[in-house]
Amino acid sequence: MSEASANAVVEIRCTVNAEPRAFRAYPMARLLDVLRGELQLTGTKEGCGEGECGACAILLDGELANSCLVPALHADGAAIITIEGIAGGDQLHAVQQAFLECGGAQCGICTPGMVLAAVNLLERHPNPDDAQIREGLAGNLCRCTGYMRIFEAVVQACRASGVHR
Amino acid sequence: MQREPYIGSAVPRKEGREKATGRARYVDDLSFPGMIYGATVRSAIPRGRIRGIHFDPAIAWNEFTVVTARDIPGKNVIALIVDDQPCLAEQLINHPEEPVVLLAHADPYVLEKARRAVRIETEPLPAVFTIEDSLAKKEVVWGEDNIFKTYLVQRGDVDAAWENAAQIVEGEYFTGAQEQLYIEPNGMIAIANPQDGVSVWGSMQCPFYVHKALAALFDLPKEKVRVIQTETGGGFGGKEEYPSMIAAHAALLAWKSGKPVKIIYDRAEDMAATTKRHPSRTRHRTAIDREGKLLAMEIDFTIDGGAYETLSPVVLSRGTIHAAGPYFCPNVRVDARAMATNAPPHGAFRGFGAPQSIFALERHFDVVARRAGLTPAEFRRRNFIRKGQSSAVGQVIHEQVEMGKLLDRALQLSDYQAKSKRFALENPTSRLKKGMGLATFMHGAGFTGSGEEYLASVVSVEASREGKIRVMAASTEIGQGTNTVFAQIAADALGLPYDWIEIAQPDTSAVPNSGPTVASRTVMIVGKLVESAALSLKQTLQRANLLSPDFTAAEFASACSNYIAAHGALKSTVQYQPPPNVHWDDVKYQGDAYSAYAWAAYVSEVSVDTTTFEIHVDDFVAVQEVGRVMNPVLATGQIEGGIAQAIGYALYENVVWREGRMMNSQMTNYIMPTSADLPPIRVFFEEQPNDYGPGGAKGIGELPMDGPAPAIANAIEAATGVSVNRIPITPEVLMEAMENVRV
Repeated sequence: MSEASANAVVEIRCTVNAEPRAFRAYPMARLLDVLRGELQLTGTKEGCGEGECGACAILLDGELANSCLVPALHADGAAIITIEGIAGGDQLHAVQQAFLECGGAQCGICTPGMVLAAVNLLERHPNPDDAQIREGLAGNLCRCTGYMRIFEAVVQACRASGVHR
Repeated sequence: MQREPYIGSAVPRKEGREKATGRARYVDDLSFPGMIYGATVRSAIPRGRIRGIHFDPAIAWNEFTVVTARDIPGKNVIALIVDDQPCLAEQLINHPEEPVVLLAHADPYVLEKARRAVRIETEPLPAVFTIEDSLAKKEVVWGEDNIFKTYLVQRGDVDAAWENAAQIVEGEYFTGAQEQLYIEPNGMIAIANPQDGVSVWGSMQCPFYVHKALAALFDLPKEKVRVIQTETGGGFGGKEEYPSMIAAHAALLAWKSGKPVKIIYDRAEDMAATTKRHPSRTRHRTAIDREGKLLAMEIDFTIDGGAYETLSPVVLSRGTIHAAGPYFCPNVRVDARAMATNAPPHGAFRGFGAPQSIFALERHFDVVARRAGLTPAEFRRRNFIRKGQSSAVGQVIHEQVEMGKLLDRALQLSDYQAKSKRFALENPTSRLKKGMGLATFMHGAGFTGSGEEYLASVVSVEASREGKIRVMAASTEIGQGTNTVFAQIAADALGLPYDWIEIAQPDTSAVPNSGPTVASRTVMIVGKLVESAALSLKQTLQRANLLSPDFTAAEFASACSNYIAAHGALKSTVQYQPPPNVHWDDVKYQGDAYSAYAWAAYVSEVSVDTTTFEIHVDDFVAVQEVGRVMNPVLATGQIEGGIAQAIGYALYENVVWREGRMMNSQMTNYIMPTSADLPPIRVFFEEQPNDYGPGGAKGIGELPMDGPAPAIANAIEAATGVSVNRIPITPEVLMEAMENVRV
């Protein structure tokens, strides 16, 4: 690893959605492209490519990160969660179930990142107030909903208290 | 079947589970074997002659597919209304970012490097960038006089009315461009060759618009062009006409390379090169009598259409018809025009001309109210149109319109009176000044006048042997809930479970043309056809004596099985019929402009920081009469989302232009509202069933875009005493107005 250069593909090992994965990528390749390309996890979306919209949000070692700004090398040894890892098999996460019931998704393109952000918010603040919800989701742009139904979904997910690991 | 109707209930979104789990497949999630990537080389100048195209010899061009206008098999045009917009510029450039050369390669990184290695040699020509310069004909850049279209609406005798006026009030109002900013950028995948024809998959609102454009470009018969809508991540009008252009580009590269070609725009390209909302300038001159009743309205309405005509005549039409609002005025003149400038063509964006003219009107009416010595609410109450009266274009209102009641309800819910009083007391000694502002307006649903008759939309509904239902229409799901509401309508019409209804993916080879997904028409017009087709299918079974009056779902399934065994298929197809007694004169521009209007009263509460000039919307109340709420969660979501976009239009979304090019074409510096920026948005519905929509529904998709900007500008005046007549009202704009300084 000490001889890594930007022009040479390197081997990267991490866990993605609790499964060990190994792949080869350029160190500065965007993690977003590795997820969507090599790993064929197309749930994570590109909205802006500059870390503004949050559509590419994932959990990287438990922290919300915009994968369009994460170099692939940074994923080495990390635990990554994408939208595909949020539901427990056929059982939706409480946040996803709440999105369905409250109308949190309209066109759906921001939804994967927004769900990740909401899951992460509830891990940090299991019973967030309005200000904490707004702050926690401020890195995820939604053009369709005006955010109201998303806030409601977060509150509903709290009530259902189904935050599972 | 004994159950609650689906119409009116919050059934879950048809494709909601896929969206919540990341399994919904948008165009960039799709891959075809052997697929390569496409990119577009665009003009850097606003106007000029193309002298040559130079390819840097450092690139191995033999690895690339290269397409120019010469490779177009049919007409080099993106067919829409008039054929003035080329697919690829050939001799002339008319706007920055105009497409000139297309490239394709298997490696998207190599492709991007190559894109920068193509130089378009040009001889610049003088250009125009503002409405004023275009009107003045500083340069004639389109046609004989830069004018795409004009409309003149007249009723009564405006010129004679000024003499009798107690007050004459003038004002000039401006709205800026606005980027639709769907979170999924434009994208297409094409497979094309002379033997099989052209197929495209992609993000779009109107598959048959793309179909028409490709057939003309490739000179192919209809059956050889196939357009399929993939899950679409937002449209708002930005994917009404533009997709024809990107589809054409992908298809040309596919045709020449013999491989599937994917083009996905990155955000910067999408913002700089594709359509935006038309900027506008409106001049008002209004005469009122001593009681504050309207005597005359003279309105001069101009929109900036960019470099090619595209949809500007239709945007102008809607803006013109909405320019005089939900008021009665005996003498009206609306003189309207759409002008050419050397910017990328402006296009459809939710509201489509109405947000522009309604901003001007509702801002102006607060000024008129003050001159009349009346409150904003009281002035409007004295002038609201009522049943039996006619609008500026002569449309007699046949429904019981209660604008006064909607306004009263909005004022009460927003605590307008008490807050206004309190703010008036507190503001003089407070750095943070607060104000309340209102706007009252209407929005017509469906295509204008004879537009729906011209579209002649068709919908089919088919049953399987198991009684499962397939609804076939060209209407696209773009987040607004098309799939869900169509399924609710069909399920109720047939008396079947919601889960038995499937909505076919819009694919021009498999669905009839039910028209574009625009103009707030999807539920009211196409949904009605879904209902008719479903009822017709049920009647077919009933007439064949296969269904008892109280049939169960299982009995319905048997009936289908029997019918199909005997007849081979069970399918109903219906076509739009214009409602009786709805007449529109296209020449005089008079008559029944729309078959239904939704009516609304919005109230905004703002606080203005007089040190930083930042404006924050603290509360927003939206009351609207919409005929019938088909699905409360979806309908509320539409209003909330539209208000959020309109708050952006009013305060944050500033397009910075330099010589026809958008300079802030990234999300870093084109600001749309985040969750931290928006107020609680409180939505209230009233229902007065409309004769023509399913369940009595009217259209609501665009309505929420019209009211917030003027309500906010009015609230800012209440808070600061300063009249701001342009949007977006950024802190710089407000500072200029408040301190009379140039920033």
